[in-house]
Amino acid sequence: MAEKVLNKSFNSINIAKFRELGLLGFILLLSIMVQLRNSSFMTLENIDDMITNTAILSILSVGMMLVIVTRGIDLSIGATLALSGMISALTVKANPDLHPLFAILLGTLIGMACGALIGLVIAKTGVPPIIATLGMMNVFRGLTFMISGGKWVSAHQMSVSFKGIATSSIFGINTLIFIAIVIYVVFYYFINHTRTGRQIYAVGSNPESAKISGINNEKILCLVYTIMGALAGLAGVLWVSKFASAQGDTAMGFELNVIAACVLGGVNIAGGSGKISGIVLGALLLGILNNALPLINVSPFWQMAIQGGIILIAVITNALVKRSVDRNNLIWRKI
Amino acid sequence: MKEKNIIAKKEFNLKSFFFQWEWMLVLLFVVINIINTFLSPYYLDPKKLLDATMTFLDKAFIVLPMVFVIILADIDISVASTVALSAVVMAVSYNLGVPMALAIIICLLVGTLCGFLNGLLIVKFKELSAVIVTLSTMIIYRGIAYIILEDQASGKFPAWYKFLGWGYVGGIPFILIVFAVFAVVFGLLLHKTTFGRRVYAMGNNITASRFSGIQVDKIKVIVFTLTGFMSAVTALFLTSRMGSTRPNVASGYELDVIAMVVLGGISSTGGKGKLTGAIISIFLIGFLRYGLGLKNVPAQALLIIIGLLLIFAVMIPNLKFNFKKWGKVQKTS
Repeated sequence: MAEKVLNKSFNSINIAKFRELGLLGFILLLSIMVQLRNSSFMTLENIDDMITNTAILSILSVGMMLVIVTRGIDLSIGATLALSGMISALTVKANPDLHPLFAILLGTLIGMACGALIGLVIAKTGVPPIIATLGMMNVFRGLTFMISGGKWVSAHQMSVSFKGIATSSIFGINTLIFIAIVIYVVFYYFINHTRTGRQIYAVGSNPESAKISGINNEKILCLVYTIMGALAGLAGVLWVSKFASAQGDTAMGFELNVIAACVLGGVNIAGGSGKISGIVLGALLLGILNNALPLINVSPFWQMAIQGGIILIAVITNALVKRSVDRNNLIWRKI
Repeated sequence: MKEKNIIAKKEFNLKSFFFQWEWMLVLLFVVINIINTFLSPYYLDPKKLLDATMTFLDKAFIVLPMVFVIILADIDISVASTVALSAVVMAVSYNLGVPMALAIIICLLVGTLCGFLNGLLIVKFKELSAVIVTLSTMIIYRGIAYIILEDQASGKFPAWYKFLGWGYVGGIPFILIVFAVFAVVFGLLLHKTTFGRRVYAMGNNITASRFSGIQVDKIKVIVFTLTGFMSAVTALFLTSRMGSTRPNVASGYELDVIAMVVLGGISSTGGKGKLTGAIISIFLIGFLRYGLGLKNVPAQALLIIIGLLLIFAVMIPNLKFNFKKWGKVQKTS
């Protein structure tokens, strides 16, 4: 038994490594090809631009990864993002002297409340995540429209300091990138080196045995969705500050991009596995695609199909690799 | 462990429970109609109510096969994109000189092909959940629609094509008649044929179904292909109503459809539910939308109501279920 477990963990590490190397290779190959077609791709300015554009996506992917690790999915984050962005934009509009830090805090808290609500519904009543978040997505989206009265908050109504969140820099790095890096470091520590972090994986890989071994599944589920909500709230403020406009339909459908980044990054949709380094690469790949396709004169109308195709190829490759590894395992075990 | 419990429960109270659920839906439906009647004096007019069905029945065609998909404990979120793709292909091929009748057949073929592809991918790659497969095909199908038509609209259909979405047969909207026919066919398929029983069996326990000789893969592919086909039917009626089509047509339909199915008492964990529940909930949501629309309730409030309905529809039976299980544990311990 012990041998089997050991063996399994050994191989899953191998798969993860292989996946990440493959993904990294693909990213490099793509970058080189794009660079050959258009030399302005690899300039510092463009790379900075690209990473800034990917920052929000990668912040959200961290939360989504935790959710998917617990076998869930969160379709409501686009709506949570819009709601918190809208409320903080309206607050800033009403009080132009507000410190931007307060706006960020407010947005995060709103997102956290939204997430906690979803978490409670999922953990306490056993509503499947896809249904609960689908419903809440409608609710939050509706609330956003109602609060704003269908109007936009546009750039001239926001204070300079609020718009400055996305354009300012800390230690020479753009604030968005800085926040993303901080979040990555914090969550890397959280999921790999704290008890609660490991419990998230335990709940994801086998909920029943997690329960038997004394983990409070409900608490973990609540926690995961609350984190997701908080990150979505934070991303909402950053989004509104970056695009200098808050609309009712902000980030509609963005949840799919986030899920795609996770899936590309090797997060297993069936739960239990997923690594921070993987989703960095996943988000980066999507960011590069968004940035590079216009640079090499691909019509914007092709981008969607190309993105979908790459996601499909990535998940299928993942499945095939896993299959061959499993088959090798069987052969190895027989001997 | 959990599955065992569900199956053991099934013999005891499932029948009576779902009997209740459908009645609850009917009750809710009646309540909504009464409220609507009180809110607006224009509501209770048979002619207007019949006309109102024309506005929401287009997506109802997808609800029927989606019931099968969700009974299989799968999900298909690519339906809206399939609608868009088949509508766009139809419009473009008609405008390239293909006769309309042939264009309609092409539309149905494209939808069927999309569904078949979904089914094939799901069956061939069992490691991938239906969510992820249909998520990526959703992006791909919509993407292809954008490649074909870019940001243009395409239309100028012949006059008779309008009949699908706007026509009447004996005072009854044509779309309602077609829907009724499809509903009967799907109802018979689900509740009166071995195919339907096998779908239920697979939803309850796919491994046991495979061992008892059901061709699991074949049935799954058929169900997803049916979903694609019905999405194309929706595309036909939707395009006819709108007069032209765009690549971003039908966005958000997948959510509406899934909401209707789940509200109809079809459990997203599979194996449970009846087609009648879903059909009642189509009309429930449709009339709710129509009635509140008469009162100028903003569409956003409707979003909230439908979202909450969706969650509560799933939550209430779960609460009951947990409560019973809890009671049983108390008794045995």
